[in-house]
Amino acid sequence: MTEDEDRADAWFHALADRTRRDILRRVLAGEHSVSALAARYDMSFAAVQKHVAVLERAGLITKRRQGREALASGDVAAVRSVGAMLSDLESLWRGRISRIDELITTDTEPTEKPEPKER
Amino acid sequence: MPVTNVTPDLDQLTLTIDAEFAAPVERIWQVYADPRQLEKVWGPPGYPATVVDHDFTAGGRVTYFMTGPEGEKFAGYWDITGVDEPNGFTFDDGFADADFNPNPDLPVSKNGFTFTAGGAGTKARYVSTYASAEALQQVLDMGVVEGSTAAINQIDDLVA
Repeated sequence: MTEDEDRADAWFHALADRTRRDILRRVLAGEHSVSALAARYDMSFAAVQKHVAVLERAGLITKRRQGREALASGDVAAVRSVGAMLSDLESLWRGRISRIDELITTDTEPTEKPEPKER
Repeated sequence: MPVTNVTPDLDQLTLTIDAEFAAPVERIWQVYADPRQLEKVWGPPGYPATVVDHDFTAGGRVTYFMTGPEGEKFAGYWDITGVDEPNGFTFDDGFADADFNPNPDLPVSKNGFTFTAGGAGTKARYVSTYASAEALQQVLDMGVVEGSTAAINQIDDLVA
């Protein structure tokens, strides 16, 4: 239980920073070298390296070396479980359903109806 | 709150979403039967959909592309496998190239949508089935960008 709580602390600490959240989104989509990641941010390479290290310590990403490069990817076991994938998909569906809701709501509000505006 | 139930089946790789809409079944059917309405609801924010062909009959094909924030296009198609107006329809959802030729290297999901009278007006059930975890991941990596970002964005709210 304490172990889980410690892990949650590390996750939320790691994710409480917008750069780190952005890094995580990018490495979940595919493996990136730390220098490729750093190119996108207006901060030093060392600062980006530190962000990557925080994410790595929290178990959210893994790093491997290839030649002179450190390649980071979202941790498959921790983050990419099938359950998480289905909930990702869920948010897509929630979006679609709320857009249908908006669409049908406009039916009942004639002022909102996109009637021809040209005159 | 229109979504009433979400049932992920981790063994079958199926996601079932139940929703309720404050409109009659025929109105919800119309959202799918009218390509101009369908494109308003299908693409995630930042990825608006454009429906090109819309042969909404069994054996027919619907083609669409989503346009990303940098102008990139993600094309897809539905092969309609069954239509029961206005109660629902089934289709295979796949990815395509720029000319809408199905891409055989990318996964196809099987989908069933059903609409029944009840609740606030219509109860809708959306069932999507994927062939494998890899297929699911590929789909998420493709145009379905909103999926993963929206999930992570919820953490923004939590830690705000």
